[in-house]
Amino acid sequence: MTPSEVETVYEALARQIDATPPNLRELFLAKLTLLLAHELGDAIRVTHLVTEAAQSLDA
Amino acid sequence: MRPAGRGETDSLYFDYPHFPPPSARERLSAPCPVAIVGAGPVGMTAALALAREGVASVLLDAKSTFNDGSRAICVSRSSFRILDRIGALAPFLDKALPWTTGRSFYRGQQILEFDMPDGPGEKFRPMYNIQQQFIEQYLWDAVAREPLIDARWQSRVTGVTDTPSGVTLQVSDPMGSYDLPANWVLAADGARSTLRGLRGLRLRGENYEGRYVIADVRMRHEYPTIRRALFDPDCRRGGTVLVHRQPDDIWRIDYQLRDGEDEAEAIREDTVRASVAAVLGEIGHSGDWELEWWSIYSANTLALDDYRDGRIIFIGDSAHIVPIFGVRGLNNGLADADNIGWKLGWVLRGDAPETLLDSYTPERRGATLDVFTNASKSARFMTPPSPGWQLMRDAALNLALTHPFAGELANPRQMAAYTYADSPVIQPDSPGCEGGPVPGAFLPEARVGDGFLSDLAGPGFTLLLFDETAAAAYADLGLTVATVPTASEAARLLAADRSSAYLLRPDTHIAARWRHPTPALVRDALRLALTGEPA
Repeated sequence: MTPSEVETVYEALARQIDATPPNLRELFLAKLTLLLAHELGDAIRVTHLVTEAAQSLDA
Repeated sequence: MRPAGRGETDSLYFDYPHFPPPSARERLSAPCPVAIVGAGPVGMTAALALAREGVASVLLDAKSTFNDGSRAICVSRSSFRILDRIGALAPFLDKALPWTTGRSFYRGQQILEFDMPDGPGEKFRPMYNIQQQFIEQYLWDAVAREPLIDARWQSRVTGVTDTPSGVTLQVSDPMGSYDLPANWVLAADGARSTLRGLRGLRLRGENYEGRYVIADVRMRHEYPTIRRALFDPDCRRGGTVLVHRQPDDIWRIDYQLRDGEDEAEAIREDTVRASVAAVLGEIGHSGDWELEWWSIYSANTLALDDYRDGRIIFIGDSAHIVPIFGVRGLNNGLADADNIGWKLGWVLRGDAPETLLDSYTPERRGATLDVFTNASKSARFMTPPSPGWQLMRDAALNLALTHPFAGELANPRQMAAYTYADSPVIQPDSPGCEGGPVPGAFLPEARVGDGFLSDLAGPGFTLLLFDETAAAAYADLGLTVATVPTASEAARLLAADRSSAYLLRPDTHIAARWRHPTPALVRDALRLALTGEPA
């Protein structure tokens, strides 16, 4: 993925989170994660990424 | 519980019998080989399994009739094989409603339809729905026919004492009290087991948060025998509802209580009626209905550390409590009864040493722990215990509306017979065996000639061969020897060629198998299967 493509995804996510009512944002993100994981088709890779994403959350 | 004005066993469709205490009093204290405490489905199955081995038993129950209400309603394929082998099957086949399919809905929209494995090679369907009082009635009919079983109703166990040759039970009935000496005791006295209490034993494990009301209604409702699970339905936002069809126009409605919903309030008749009416509205039933019976339960995974305490052996709910999701409570209890029934029979007949009984806990507690793993997954999906589980469950359901893969997470993982892979009386797999069921597995089913593979199993141990010219060499081992045609569905399922052999136990679990058997190898495996001692 080129930096520009990452930016496209980044912007689409920001817009969709804003467009989602605050009480449904967690649900939206969890749903998206399941969908992306299914597309990736690699459960071990996904569980590693789950751990990675949890790092430095309070930095 | 039943509607106001009706007694505990005052059913719309079932006449509960009334059993008096034993009238012949003179031989009540005669020593017996086995006393079974509890004449529910598990205790009666154990008595029938023992009788099949030629062993007499005294069957005690504190009540004067069957258990009230429909309770456990799903009987699995593996349990039907047990009922078949103890000679109680016919009325179950006539009455029970077979089913293979489940449907799950999220907010009114179907997100999953699953089919349990079935086909012409199976003797029985994967699951049957039948009310527990019919289960008890049909088992009782078989018990009453059996001269080896001395059933005593209204007979409560009040004490237990170890003796050099077994256990003496103190029994009390309305006509008096007496001591009953037994070599062995089977405790089939349920979740609130008296014997467990008398022995100071405790179940250990986890209690889950979710509480459910189960209610039976009688109504004319057109829907096939398909289990329906409604997640987050309009009639019960945030909760889960299960709907099952039973014989005689009886429908089971299970619905989850909300967090903080008061239990006493939830089981009041008018609350139950309103909740049930809302569910019936959701599934499109607009006709009349009558409320038959209701109860409440919570999901637990609890078990004894050891299912045996000296000469007392715990079977069924006295040994383990499992969540209902996956319908393993009754079915595992029946498998317990079948397992200890043949083993105790062989020991009491003198055909196996007492060490055979040491395999009961590892095999059956192993099955319970396996249930815990699966049922815990189901329970977490049905009633998420924390925000993380709740969010992911909701996300999966929501995604399932448009992506079927996510709906698979709602699959309840139904009951399958457990493989006794770590049992001391199961032989490790032989060299060269690949594919097919491993030692410890429940014999799979297939068509053989006009019947089925499991029909070939004799009353004791059975050797399955695939070359009829080989049978003569095994004639003097005290086995039933049966030959399966090499070019058959059964042989393919067992991954067997002409030289293969399978050794089956009386419960049709596989004790050992070989690619190249000899009479000496089979004799060694038989010894291991009966003693736990390797050659």
